[in-house]
Amino acid sequence: MAGSIHGSVMPPEGGPGTGGFWRQAWRRLRRKRLALFAGGVIVLIALVACAGPHLSGIRYDSLDWDAIAMPPQFPGAHWLGTDRLGRDLFVRTLYGVRISLVIGLLASAVSLIIGVVWGMVAGYSGGRTDELMMRAVDVLYSLPYLFIVIILTTLFERGSLVVLFVAIGAVGWLTIARIVRGQTLVLARTEFVEAARVIGVKPGAMLWHHIVPNLSGTIVAYATLAIPQMILFESFLSFLGLGVQEPLPSLGNLINDGAREMQSAAWMLLVPAAFLVVLLLCFSIVGDALRDALDPREGSS
Amino acid sequence: MLAYAARRLAAIPPTLFIIVTLAFVVVRVAPGGPFDAEQSLPPQVKANLERAYGLDQPLVVQYVRYLRAIVHGDFGPSLKYRDLSVGALIAQGLPVSLTLGLAALIVALAVGVPLGTWAALRRGRAVDHGIMGLAVLGVVLPSFVTGPLLVLVFGLGLRWLPVAGWQDGNPYYLVLPVITLSLPLAAYIARLIRSSLLEVLQSDFIRAARARGLGRRRVIWRHALPPALLPVVSYLGPATAFVVTGSLVVETIFGLPGTGRFLVEGAINRDYTLVMGMVIVYGLITLTCNLAADLVYGWLDPRVGHAS
Repeated sequence: MAGSIHGSVMPPEGGPGTGGFWRQAWRRLRRKRLALFAGGVIVLIALVACAGPHLSGIRYDSLDWDAIAMPPQFPGAHWLGTDRLGRDLFVRTLYGVRISLVIGLLASAVSLIIGVVWGMVAGYSGGRTDELMMRAVDVLYSLPYLFIVIILTTLFERGSLVVLFVAIGAVGWLTIARIVRGQTLVLARTEFVEAARVIGVKPGAMLWHHIVPNLSGTIVAYATLAIPQMILFESFLSFLGLGVQEPLPSLGNLINDGAREMQSAAWMLLVPAAFLVVLLLCFSIVGDALRDALDPREGSS
Repeated sequence: MLAYAARRLAAIPPTLFIIVTLAFVVVRVAPGGPFDAEQSLPPQVKANLERAYGLDQPLVVQYVRYLRAIVHGDFGPSLKYRDLSVGALIAQGLPVSLTLGLAALIVALAVGVPLGTWAALRRGRAVDHGIMGLAVLGVVLPSFVTGPLLVLVFGLGLRWLPVAGWQDGNPYYLVLPVITLSLPLAAYIARLIRSSLLEVLQSDFIRAARARGLGRRRVIWRHALPPALLPVVSYLGPATAFVVTGSLVVETIFGLPGTGRFLVEGAINRDYTLVMGMVIVYGLITLTCNLAADLVYGWLDPRVGHAS
């Protein structure tokens, strides 16, 4: 990794001196109280979503016939009420958060890998290859891509979580490809890349050892912004009945259920909706702050 | 400019051809068929049905046949709604979807542009923070959350507005769907306008205009706002794609008889012709809107050289 612009990829602590890229970014980020708070909320929700269902001792699909469609009651068996089958809404929502988070993370990873590779190859090769690859991105960009996801998920094994995150990830890579390509174009003209090329570094090694480390800031920032997008796609599909299938809960199908029952039982809509909104809001706040901190071009005000 | 427009227009049919081919392959490669759901169907009847719709032919033959029909504007018969052609189905739903989408775009512009401008002019003050806070919320809130919440408050709670239905385009019934669909758009547009206006206000030609002694009002309206609107114009392309997909959810929530349900239903039922018809119609709509947005952009911004 010697020879990269920002120095090596280092954790916030332990960088040489005080000038490390990640160290500086961390210092910029630390000033943003709101982003730190939002990050804390995400971690808290994730922890509760992972541990909560186990601690409560209630399964996400166990029915309580004595408590059908019961409103929330704090000191009680079901804190946030139950649905019309008597399933505990707190447990189901936490479980749904977990599924939505996992799909969001995996789909972001898929889209990030495709987008980064596509953008790097296009930007580094330049010329006709670049033009052709970016034209393809333009065409895909102009399509309502959720259509494609809908077609993919309905046609191949509805409800399969793997199909779901691959399909979502496979259409979400366009923005990151554009950004990565732009930065690669600039990097490819820098002197250290030129020098590496002169001493005979092969294209593959060049991209991996010299371009990727310099893109890492951008990649991290856009990954954080991609996660809420992917969670949104997943919930959208599940809301339409095309994503996660019953009895498995996801925030999308819980909201769909809740919307059907809201006239008599508003909490069934409000509980999962609140979790989804808080999660999306926190991710986008953290993502914006990270982009400001890691992308000096944009410049935090 | 005219040559550029012609070239872009000429690029639409090949793009559409690629989309149609891709969709055809994806739809047909997937397992299952349109007549699988009806389990009681004897094999002979199923074979007859498939022959009647030409599904017994090799895929290549079907593909060529389909392309030939499409060129003549014939989308073929629906495989599920047996008595209706795909063309008739889409023609029935499209006015509803278009009305909804267009109304949402107009409302989003009418709300987003003034709010974004106001926020930019009051940068750092309470108004700015308030509007931008709302905008963040608007962008983040998905329509399948805002829709039911609006129904809960204004339909079921306050009883001001109808909960669902179309009623031949009675505007009263359109209020909640249009608000639901336009909210994220308006929020995004407000953010775009704010940041682009702030950038323009710092540029040299604005300083020059101020130095010439022009009034603040004139500087903003005549000099700063027009160039600041450009990002919004180029956003209108992606915005149509957003409206198209967004209307899917909004039509579901509010029970509107638009075309949105055809895509989902068609894909689930393996109604090949219906899915293909939807892909073509919506592909054409988004391609046209993208082209229109780009052309308007080029017309407004002389720096974009379309001459070559």
